Amino acid sequence: MTALTLQARPEQDAALRPLPWRRMAWVTWRQHRFALAGVVVVLGGLAVYLWRTGLGIHQAWTFIVTCHPANSSVCGQAAGIFNTQYVPTEVTAGILLTLAPALLGAFVGAPVLARELETGTFRYAWTQGFGRWRWTLGKLVPLAVVVAAAAGILSVLSWWFFAPFFAAKFGTPLAPALFDLRGVAYAAWTLVAVAIGALAGVLIRRVVPAMAATLGVYLGLALLPGLWLRQYYLPAVHTTSNNIPGFAWILDQWYTKGGKFAFQGVQKSGTNASIEQHWCPNAPPSWSLGTCLSHHGYTQWTSYQPVTRFWPFQWIEASWLLVLSALLIAATVWLVRRRAA
Amino acid sequence: MNTKAIIETDGLGKRYGTTWALHECTLEIPAGHVAALVGPNGAGKTTLLNLAVGLAEPSAGSVSVLGGHPAGSPAALDGIAFVAQDTPLYKNLSVAEMLHLTRNLNRFFDQGQAKARLAELGIPLKRKAGKLSGGQQAQLALTLALARRPRLLVLDEPVAMLDPIARHDFMATVLTATAEDGVSVLLSSHVLAELERVADYLILMSRGRVQVVGEVDDLLASHLVLTGPAAEADRYTERPVVHVSRAEAQAHLLVRATADDPVPPGWEAHPVGLEELALGYLREPVAASVPGPARGRHAEPSEVSR
Repeated sequence: MTALTLQARPEQDAALRPLPWRRMAWVTWRQHRFALAGVVVVLGGLAVYLWRTGLGIHQAWTFIVTCHPANSSVCGQAAGIFNTQYVPTEVTAGILLTLAPALLGAFVGAPVLARELETGTFRYAWTQGFGRWRWTLGKLVPLAVVVAAAAGILSVLSWWFFAPFFAAKFGTPLAPALFDLRGVAYAAWTLVAVAIGALAGVLIRRVVPAMAATLGVYLGLALLPGLWLRQYYLPAVHTTSNNIPGFAWILDQWYTKGGKFAFQGVQKSGTNASIEQHWCPNAPPSWSLGTCLSHHGYTQWTSYQPVTRFWPFQWIEASWLLVLSALLIAATVWLVRRRAA
Repeated sequence: MNTKAIIETDGLGKRYGTTWALHECTLEIPAGHVAALVGPNGAGKTTLLNLAVGLAEPSAGSVSVLGGHPAGSPAALDGIAFVAQDTPLYKNLSVAEMLHLTRNLNRFFDQGQAKARLAELGIPLKRKAGKLSGGQQAQLALTLALARRPRLLVLDEPVAMLDPIARHDFMATVLTATAEDGVSVLLSSHVLAELERVADYLILMSRGRVQVVGEVDDLLASHLVLTGPAAEADRYTERPVVHVSRAEAQAHLLVRATADDPVPPGWEAHPVGLEELALGYLREPVAASVPGPARGRHAEPSEVSR
């Protein structure tokens, strides 16, 4: 019996099928189809919101653009209504679009490993022939890619939604709160959110705390680049001209006279009304603070990122987020291999 | 013989924080047995099983399976089926989906055999795994494991949560599989009564150490129970005493001796049963049989009054 038992079993070895990666596809689909349905609900709901409100915004904007004569009271009223009615909508849409990747990371990414570890089913899953690191990769990569792709599709809609606001010169496309709600950066942020969720799941090993941690960490991380990082993607442009190219992301502004700094308190874009009032009390409305002060011998310095850098910045942001996602998933797989029981 | 060992450990240890859940474990379980891993809670049984199936990494030493494959390696995963404590299943999957899942995750899966076994047990394929009774869940987990045609079946406390009938049925399935497929079995349990019937190899553990290892027949042949006057119990020194139990005037000594060894006058020798043997050792955690991994430790008789 002893000798027999460990001998090869020819009939079984011949029947050994290879274990291709696609075998995980059914497993992943069957176990995460409700999470994927949740993705459709979250992103689909958001898409419906953007589409329905976007139609009204586009209609209003088309009316303003085609309004003749432009300085009539009717046209002026239309512009006023646009500001009061749709700017809050834009803010709401921005908040919802910022929250969506965090929710996807929490509801799709976090439970993948946390649920297995919490319910003990990892003892089943990780002792099957497929092997646990392949199992982990075979689940995480397709889920992350599918969710990121869905977010990418939504970002096309958000591009259309925000178009009238940029056309109305409400802000620069590089503005911290808006830059990553459109383009490839949005898909990349969603990818990172799912990867954060997966890592939180394997570290915390409980579904609900892992979801909460994912929300917190993602929102914290999403805030950072706009405030401290994105402005350094490419060296800022400095100019002493008062004519700054349109839609530029102005990082800093300062004034000099005779080689010395002046108006230490005045920084960043925007006019300091009291200074302008003091130096140019009768200035025409078209004058900026810079124009006003240059009439008094001051030089205005501006450091800014031109709007032409929008796509280079998008790719730079998407690239490092992609690298970060790969590192997070690699760390997750490493932890799965290391610390199971 | 080494290459035929189903599990072989060398100085194996696992530490959680500062406590060693398993320490200095060196053993070799030959293939073709139903090996029972017995010990009180916290003895390190589950830790040893987790190390053997590759779920845990050793803190010290090494463990290899199926004749030299590292635990957790692809060959080891292919050849070992593990049913964990409380038989974890995906509660929201149906029985048929659990079959399909297991089939997708393994090189070999005998779908026909699995379905036939489930039909025999009266477990409906469409029922959700979470809606099955405890006994049915255990049978499903066992069926999934056996359909992979493993060379080694590892069961962690498979019957602890089951009622007596489910327990009996479960063990019957295990025994049938060992007879039909020649699968080796390693199971941990603290239900001693059940083992008498199934196990032919015994590993006794306590406090993270292995106390006794050996074939059941050999162990039973090398131990005796001596019954005699309680007053004279301490004077018996001819053979190592594992455990002394007293009942009023009488004392029962579990001793390492064979039927050929002399019996002192006034004493009677009885053969020992598996349960009695296991209990004797479990009551004396420092006692170790020879040969065993806990070398250098002598069986120090101590009294346990009852």
